[in-house]
Amino acid sequence: MKAFRILTAGLAGLMIAASAHAAGGAAHPHAPEEGWPFEGVTGQFDQASLQRGYQVYQEVCSSCHSMKLLSYRNLGDPGGPFYDAEYPNPNDNPYVKAIAAQNEILSPTPNEAGDYDFRPATPADRFRSPYPNDNAARAANGGAVPPDLSVITKARVGGASYIYSLLAGYPDDEVFSERVVAEESDGGTPDDPSDDTPAEVQTVIDTSKLHIGHGDDHHYEGYLVQNVGQYYNPYMPGDTVPQFDGDPRHAPPGGFLAMPPQLLPGRVEYSDGTEATIEQMAYDVSQFLAWAGEPKQGNRKSLGLAVMVYFGILAILLWFSYKRIWRNVEH
Amino acid sequence: MSGHESTYTPTNAFTKWLDTRLPIVRFAQDTAINFPTPKNLNYWYTFGGILAVCLVVQILTGVILAMHYEASVDGAFASVERIMRDVPYGWLLRYIHANGASMFFLAVYLHMFRGLYYGSYKAPREILWILGCVIYLLMMATAFLGYMLPWGQMSYHGANVITSLFGAIPLVGESLQTWILGGPSIGNQTLQRFFSLHYLLPFMIAGAVILHVWALHVPGNNNPTGVEVQDVAKDTVPFHPYYTVKDAFAIVIFLILFAVFVFYAPNVLGHADNYIEANPLVTPAHIVPEWYLLPFYAILRAITFDLGPIPAKLLGVIFMFAAIAVLFILPWLDTSKVKSMRYRPVAKQFFFGFVAVCLLLGWCGAANPDDAVLPALQGDPKLVVSYTADGQEATSEYKGGTEAYLDAKRFMESLPEGASPSLAAVPAPTFLFRHFSLILTFCYFGFFVLLFFLGLTEKPKELPESIHKSVLKREKASASAVPAE
Repeated sequence: MKAFRILTAGLAGLMIAASAHAAGGAAHPHAPEEGWPFEGVTGQFDQASLQRGYQVYQEVCSSCHSMKLLSYRNLGDPGGPFYDAEYPNPNDNPYVKAIAAQNEILSPTPNEAGDYDFRPATPADRFRSPYPNDNAARAANGGAVPPDLSVITKARVGGASYIYSLLAGYPDDEVFSERVVAEESDGGTPDDPSDDTPAEVQTVIDTSKLHIGHGDDHHYEGYLVQNVGQYYNPYMPGDTVPQFDGDPRHAPPGGFLAMPPQLLPGRVEYSDGTEATIEQMAYDVSQFLAWAGEPKQGNRKSLGLAVMVYFGILAILLWFSYKRIWRNVEH
Repeated sequence: MSGHESTYTPTNAFTKWLDTRLPIVRFAQDTAINFPTPKNLNYWYTFGGILAVCLVVQILTGVILAMHYEASVDGAFASVERIMRDVPYGWLLRYIHANGASMFFLAVYLHMFRGLYYGSYKAPREILWILGCVIYLLMMATAFLGYMLPWGQMSYHGANVITSLFGAIPLVGESLQTWILGGPSIGNQTLQRFFSLHYLLPFMIAGAVILHVWALHVPGNNNPTGVEVQDVAKDTVPFHPYYTVKDAFAIVIFLILFAVFVFYAPNVLGHADNYIEANPLVTPAHIVPEWYLLPFYAILRAITFDLGPIPAKLLGVIFMFAAIAVLFILPWLDTSKVKSMRYRPVAKQFFFGFVAVCLLLGWCGAANPDDAVLPALQGDPKLVVSYTADGQEATSEYKGGTEAYLDAKRFMESLPEGASPSLAAVPAPTFLFRHFSLILTFCYFGFFVLLFFLGLTEKPKELPESIHKSVLKREKASASAVPAE
């Protein structure tokens, strides 16, 4: 009987764990070594990192990725990257105003003459979108629409750790090589350039040199063919088997995405002097995106603590009330 | 309406005047204050009160959310996020409402298992049980409709899967599906009607709850012994303050669990894909419903074979609805005269087995049907080389480790040009979730069949003479340091 109950309780736990199961086929996302400051019961965002993260978004990501759900004023909200206690209304925050004004947007409302003109953004405006619509985004990016980043950390299993792992997880240069699939040909008539075909070259990844690490120490013997406009990343959910010429039972984890590696060392120059390593930029921008996805996370946790204390005291009082009321009743 | 005599006496001129016109104070006094309640109810009996709290919380937060929500395919997703960002405490309202659905189902499942264990569906409480089943059905409908509203990927594609079930019904299915969706496919009109119905159904639940409480107050509460109240003075205590305080304590403990989810893990019970705006052209890799519908989803997908003229899809739908319908006839399926499984040693074992089956079905519902249940026991995949020989498709298989791969590679190289060989890994046959779901589905229905025959053959333990006696006996047992079961 006891065993049955323990089994049942165990199954309940198993079921809860299973219902939140992760997407298969990709390497498991990992947090940075020092962890995330916003994790845990009392965790809060690191404002300096949020500011750097915004800089990475603005200078790197924003040329392809929109953040339609955010307005510039959000940057100056309490808990936001540029919050200043002197300006409780973020629309007055001069820093936020200046950031907004750096972006020229097509005004969403008509001017006095009834025309829609370009003007510098104000804190009340939404983040500037790089493309006017999805079709333009698709056409400019080889058929793949760069996803909106407003809630990206909530929309991916692993959240900020997934973004971090993906951005910093592209393979090193040393694993790439080029393979000639079809030789250059002059079409049989050396003098006539019109029938010439250039050599067909494939980019391949020597997976035996791949070091995924973070719990994945397998050895993947073979070559992974990277198609034009596609980039291998071990953290991208997908399937590498069709592109792998080694043993299909030991294909490397991950998949291909249309975004080439973006964060090269020194890609941005941080104004606070922090060295812009790949990991640092990935860390900052992931934290910024985690904030953007849930800007009220800090409020949530601090209110949660108060609620827990309140319920805790109430539960104790009710327990003693219960004991007292029932003291003379056998039950 | 209560089965006990009214003990209310109006004390002043106004209440006397009111009592002869609208005896509302008398009604409240009789049903919520003086109502005689068995004194031996344990904490499993607190879920009724907990569920009432859940319903009120859902309606209150829902009404406020509806003030800010925009039911349109272009605005729904953004309006939900706007609630989370710009509405004061909107994040709190939405997280309470979204997690509240899960907590509501958690409580209702415990409430139902409790009813099952203590035989609360048996005479004279059949109507009470059936009304409960109606509430449960309405809850599932409401939850499903509500899950559509954030207009995420899982909202859209989940709704697509469920509404297509109606399409499986012969003859009228397709027209019915079109009628439900308001068009050939899910669109703005579907979202708007789902929103309208999502607002309507909770009030129908509230109506059914009133009937449920009414049906409870006629025969009075069942209790862990399943022995009816014989002597009101000895067997019962007034509902207030005895059960108001006990329920209040249980409710606060439940709210602590609720708050853990709302404040510290608000998205853990949801699916990440639902934070991607609905896109009809992109189907998520795994479409799964919320956890509380997973067991039924597993039953739906367990049926993968046609039965005579009935196609597999329709058969799955029939089994899924039968899994709920069987609850409605449970009072007549169980033939045992003994209510509580405390005194039914055999049925008790099967009850715990049934709970395990339901949880395992939930596990199967979350998993991919073609995955191995126990990957550790699955053998190595075999390698299959497919090639063309003399214009015919041919395959060659290789089993084993690295040597098998090298053999396969050598074989591929030895083939003449034009054979266009390709290499694939085929997983070893093993026990899949699909198979496991089918077995569990039969166990699920088997339990109800078993209850029918068990009631005829099982020899129950001796029942206590009365609630009062059973309480005394337990006191003595614990006094002599024998741990209670």
